[in-house]
Amino acid sequence: MGTGDGIGIQLAFFAFSALAVGSALLAATARKIVHSAFSLLATFFGVAGIYGVLGSDFMAVTQVVVYVGGILVLLVFGVLLTDRIPDEFRVAKPRNYLPAVVASGLTFLGLAWAITGTSWARLPHVLRTPAEAGPTTERIARSLLTDYLLPFEFSSILLLVVLVGAARVARGGTR
Amino acid sequence: MDRVFGEITTSHYVVLSALIFAVGLCGVVTRRNAVVILMSLELMLNGANLAFVAFSRHHANLQGQVFVFFVIAVAAAEAAVALAIIIALNRVKGGVSIDDATELRG
Repeated sequence: MGTGDGIGIQLAFFAFSALAVGSALLAATARKIVHSAFSLLATFFGVAGIYGVLGSDFMAVTQVVVYVGGILVLLVFGVLLTDRIPDEFRVAKPRNYLPAVVASGLTFLGLAWAITGTSWARLPHVLRTPAEAGPTTERIARSLLTDYLLPFEFSSILLLVVLVGAARVARGGTR
Repeated sequence: MDRVFGEITTSHYVVLSALIFAVGLCGVVTRRNAVVILMSLELMLNGANLAFVAFSRHHANLQGQVFVFFVIAVAAAEAAVALAIIIALNRVKGGVSIDDATELRG
């Protein structure tokens, strides 16, 4: 299939995968909420690294800027605003642990079975190495402002509405 | 070329995305704190985005990455609204455990 990913790409893939999956497990199971938030930081960086390995430079940078710079800061604010100080060491006990692990494990196994059962090489594809594919930013920007102009403008309206609505809901009161 | 780990194919990336998705799913259904549930939801979105970008490279087509751009925009909006609701829940109920939010239960 591929035209020869070098050893560097392979090492980077496994290193970033280990970082992403390990910290995702920690984020989903950590007893303290702040620990979850900070493991999520490592997960987002790991996924950004995988985007880099995949050669989508724009998505890697967007992932870091929006998730780490925006969503994660928002989540940490949420933790700090809602986790009262006396409860800081309260452990949020997970419940239904065994059924949940079995269910999500079965979900993963089903997906993995479908994925490994697919003969990807027979699907129409033009798999290119990152170096061949070249930078993606210009092409993404071009398609955002031509083919996807309407969704792009809708997303800006969505963000404006969310800005107003979130401020209104968080402020509370009946006015 | 020396292959220590074997070739990295599209299925590697998609299996990784399924793994992140499953971990997020496990977090969503086991945790009680609404903020941690939101974090696990973001994990699931990240897994789905990873599959989009992997298929985008598989087909050498940027549409998948454009879609990921919109998913990230919607995820940011969702996180903002959800946190506003969580803060309101915290004010009304004095806690953010989802077991507190059972007003709509029949």
